[in-house]
Amino acid sequence: MSTPVESSLWGRLDDPAADAGYADHPKRKGFFTDTSVCIGCKACEVACKEWNQVPDDGFLLTGMSYDNSQQLGASTWRHVAFVEKPIDVPAPVDLGMPTIGSEDQGAVSGDAGVRWLMSSDVCKHCTHAACLDVCPTGALFRTEFGTVVVQPDVCNGCGYCVPACPYGVIDLRKEDGRAFKCTLCYDRLKDDQTPACAQACPTESIQFGDLDELHERADRRLAELHEKGVDVARLYGRDPEDGVGGDGAFFLLLDEPEVYGLPPDPVVTTRDIGSIWKHVGAAAGALVAVGVASFLGRRR
Amino acid sequence: MAEAHPVGFQWVVEAKRRGATIIHVDPRFTRTSALADVHVPIRAGSDIAFLGGLVNHVLSNDADFREYVVAYTNAANIVDSDFQDTEDLDGLFSGYDPESGHYDPTTWRYEPPEDPTSDEQELQQELEHEEHEGGSDGHAQAHLAAQSEARGSGGAAVPWKGRRDETLQHPRCVYQILKRHFSRYTPEMVQEVCGISPEQLRQVAESLVANSGRERTAAFCYAVGWTQHTTGAQMIRTASILQLLLGNIGRPGGGIMALRGHASIQGSTDIPTLFNILPGYLPMRHADQHQSLDQWLADDEGKAGFWGESRSYAVSLLKSYWGDAATPDNDFCFDYLPRVTGDHSSYTTVKAQIEGRCKGYFLVGENPAVGSANGKMQRLGLANLDWLVVRDLQMIESATFWKDGPEIETGELVTEEIGTEVFFLPAASHVEKAGSFTQTQRMLQWRDKAVEPPGDARSELQFYFQLGKRIRQKLAGSTDEMDRPLLDLTWDYPADELGDPEPETVLREINGTGPDGAALSAYTELKADGSTACGCWIYCGVYADETNMARRRKPHWEQNQVAPEWGWVWPANRRILYNRASAAPDGSPWSERKRYIWWDADEGKWTGDDVPDFIPDRSPDYVPEDGAKGPAAIRGTDPFIMQTDGKGWLFATVGLADGPMPTHYEPPESPLPNPLYQQQNNPTRRSLATASNPLNPSYTEVFPYVFTTYRLTEHHTAGGMSRTLPYLTELQPEPFCEVSPRLAAERGLEHLGWATIVTSRTAIEARVLVTDRVRSLRLGDRTIEQIGLPYHWGPNGLVPGDSPNDLVNVTMDPNVYIQDKVGTCDIRPGRRPRGSALTAYVEEYRRRAGVEETTTEGTQG
Repeated sequence: MSTPVESSLWGRLDDPAADAGYADHPKRKGFFTDTSVCIGCKACEVACKEWNQVPDDGFLLTGMSYDNSQQLGASTWRHVAFVEKPIDVPAPVDLGMPTIGSEDQGAVSGDAGVRWLMSSDVCKHCTHAACLDVCPTGALFRTEFGTVVVQPDVCNGCGYCVPACPYGVIDLRKEDGRAFKCTLCYDRLKDDQTPACAQACPTESIQFGDLDELHERADRRLAELHEKGVDVARLYGRDPEDGVGGDGAFFLLLDEPEVYGLPPDPVVTTRDIGSIWKHVGAAAGALVAVGVASFLGRRR
Repeated sequence: MAEAHPVGFQWVVEAKRRGATIIHVDPRFTRTSALADVHVPIRAGSDIAFLGGLVNHVLSNDADFREYVVAYTNAANIVDSDFQDTEDLDGLFSGYDPESGHYDPTTWRYEPPEDPTSDEQELQQELEHEEHEGGSDGHAQAHLAAQSEARGSGGAAVPWKGRRDETLQHPRCVYQILKRHFSRYTPEMVQEVCGISPEQLRQVAESLVANSGRERTAAFCYAVGWTQHTTGAQMIRTASILQLLLGNIGRPGGGIMALRGHASIQGSTDIPTLFNILPGYLPMRHADQHQSLDQWLADDEGKAGFWGESRSYAVSLLKSYWGDAATPDNDFCFDYLPRVTGDHSSYTTVKAQIEGRCKGYFLVGENPAVGSANGKMQRLGLANLDWLVVRDLQMIESATFWKDGPEIETGELVTEEIGTEVFFLPAASHVEKAGSFTQTQRMLQWRDKAVEPPGDARSELQFYFQLGKRIRQKLAGSTDEMDRPLLDLTWDYPADELGDPEPETVLREINGTGPDGAALSAYTELKADGSTACGCWIYCGVYADETNMARRRKPHWEQNQVAPEWGWVWPANRRILYNRASAAPDGSPWSERKRYIWWDADEGKWTGDDVPDFIPDRSPDYVPEDGAKGPAAIRGTDPFIMQTDGKGWLFATVGLADGPMPTHYEPPESPLPNPLYQQQNNPTRRSLATASNPLNPSYTEVFPYVFTTYRLTEHHTAGGMSRTLPYLTELQPEPFCEVSPRLAAERGLEHLGWATIVTSRTAIEARVLVTDRVRSLRLGDRTIEQIGLPYHWGPNGLVPGDSPNDLVNVTMDPNVYIQDKVGTCDIRPGRRPRGSALTAYVEEYRRRAGVEETTTEGTQG
């Protein structure tokens, strides 16, 4: 494993902790959330709040199925999405034949049944974390476990991280002003314990462990589901070649990512920051050169 | 199950991963349905018809596990020639007395033997005596005292084992009777009653059959969707019949599992908080029927099976209560036992409160003002007491009804006029005290105290111990005979500085001790001579070797598949009851795949990973001598050792108040006439006639919809443990009702708008969720709409709301006196009227529906 001279902003990166400068560090930790066995009990949401002392996020009946926490935010670090989808009834082919039975008994929405997808979302702990890259105070940092954590005692509430996140995870807590998000239970990890959400999950939908081992587990599970004919199953955030260099918290989904409110092709928003600075540097250099040249010209 | 038992559901998910097919039958599509392979939407309360359709499928296709059925069930038994089925009597069984609303079960018996033994003759005479002299009065009394519930650990006694036709051809054998009885439950009938299509019924039936037999087993899990009906006990009976026919009882992966309402509900029937039984399912003493210890035990004593030893269990219980004061000369203080005179169940007690006959009440961890059916009745009862003790974690509605209950708003109650003195005592939660939970598999699991209770909160154990001490201090020196039962009680637990007894000493007392004072190891050690004491015979062994067996926590990966060293299971740490049935009659496993308990001929004993539920050295070919009693009368091929005939009962000759076989009756409030029989409702249901419990007439246009109540994962029962917590409240912050898109269109209900739901009892309001998860059901040529109502809310808590249980009527199952959680209603968009306008609104509905006013108080049934 080589230690790069400068931190990577883009592309495949197998060891973000080393990239951040940890010479000797534990294996990268992460979550594999297998939504095919999620029962939507929200134990993860509650365990997270209990352990991390996150305040409640308001009492609002949203009407979005059983999802009343709506999305990840400064006071919701685990969020269980509930997606109700009626099973499509193939439209009857009208053969122009006389029909039997009254008209009002026709098929209505939901008659063929319904699918109810549940998925516990969380900070992805990206390999290339834009929130971290843009943080001017160093409040956001890469841990030795390869995870991304905000230090509340350093955060000054500038909010740069909020638009930087390609998933819309991190947010400012209004009444507090600072930014908060999942820490992957950094304090528990230091004590060799499982993060609270994974510990509370009754069906092992949320699995915690070494990321490379979780990748293997996820690949096996995906193959198993495909074998059973669940063709819709797919992994999300598993690919180290994707726009964020792969996620530390990745998922097995049973539908398109958009259905769960996840961006289909996230790209780290600081992808071009290196080349932007290079261009800015070049432009500034050119301006300086022009300035210098003009003075040189005067001397002539 | 995922919805209300998410932690237990992990094993269903595990089973699914290993290839099990999960079928979920529920009126609505829940979190369980989301994970199941098949969801079967059903009309709430029609489960007997659905299960009956499955029984019919099995019987008409000869798909039963014939060898099991012939050997282990009473399929071959010949029933009395006077028995008449619901098929003959249009919905009634023989023996019904329309005046009392009770059955005399005499004709349901096995055919009397032609050549009875002297014992059998004696028993027959007893039965006839009761019939002619005691008349139906005796049965009425037994029914009122709900004595059938004393069968929690074994069936009722039969006088004779009866003649059997193992070819199953005799027209009066149970198998043929069953076949005729269930032939009416055709796929078409199931569709008409339940709204389940014949294709879906066949899919479920074929899956069940394919997963039963020698090589495979199937299990049923149920919850209050079965129990809370006027036919609840019989719904579970239908599942029992199905499982016996398929050979899924007493075998690994089989069985019927009751998912309880919350922790240790099983424990609260084993060591009961019920009026009609004593610890270990001994019947509560009845004032008239049980004048002496002998009379009390007469029903079971000396009969075949382990109930035959009931005197040992009973005497040991009396010894644990009254210690040295209990001697053979005074019938072991039998006369100290409190006695029942009839129905003293919860709802009947509430009625007595309203009528001013019950003056004091303890509510311990229970919030009936929100959690029980017909909340108004509950609150009217509470408001008419002299005193009320509420022990809870939070200031629940049952403690504050006098200032903020719905009746205060409507003016039906006036705070200044309520005389009830309420004592609120803060209680310690389960993490603030040590003790055991007994879960649905009869497993006792010990939990240690994690933190000290806050402030003045104390454990239940501390409260009752100290209460007993204070009462005894007040009575000390009394010469009144009436006070002897209290003064002679053994009441001497070692306690800490706060007066909290050491819980393990109580567990040890429950376990029982021998003549030398040492803890006993098994209930077979209990004696009828007073030399042993035992607080609950079925729990004997939980403290064997002076060790708290319930506290064992050896992980399953460090022991065999049965995991016998995790906790302790009654009886005798036996994980699967009647597990003799996991082997064929000859004692060999039914299959290698399902090997569990088998006969080791070389060793001359039963063996396997579990504790055999059989006499350890009883050979499969053992045949008892004529006249044998107790355990000696158990044949080597009779697995059901708590039954006097050793057989699994497809047909219950005695023990149930509402018939020997399940029959579909409509819920007390129904949108349609019973498609099966003229008899609309369970003829033995218990109605509670009071002004606050009017019933909607069935099939009226005024109340065209079905509603049912249920729970959400995010909240706990009546909300005392969840509605005050922000982390849970934010997840389900408001009461709502769930309706189908079709119903929403029909009534103009808007998603997230308000709706008013009205019954004859009252009207409540809730936000509307229009969802495809609630399906319109096609029953023949009509469509039924069901409204789902999570019941957690009330006036208190972080987000208050109306209580759906206020809508529910109280009409009860005749066996266990539980309410029917299904009813009919109307639903309209908008919020409900406020104040006295609400009572006027409901009154107008009652008038339109022609609901009879109940002015006279009375109990029918």
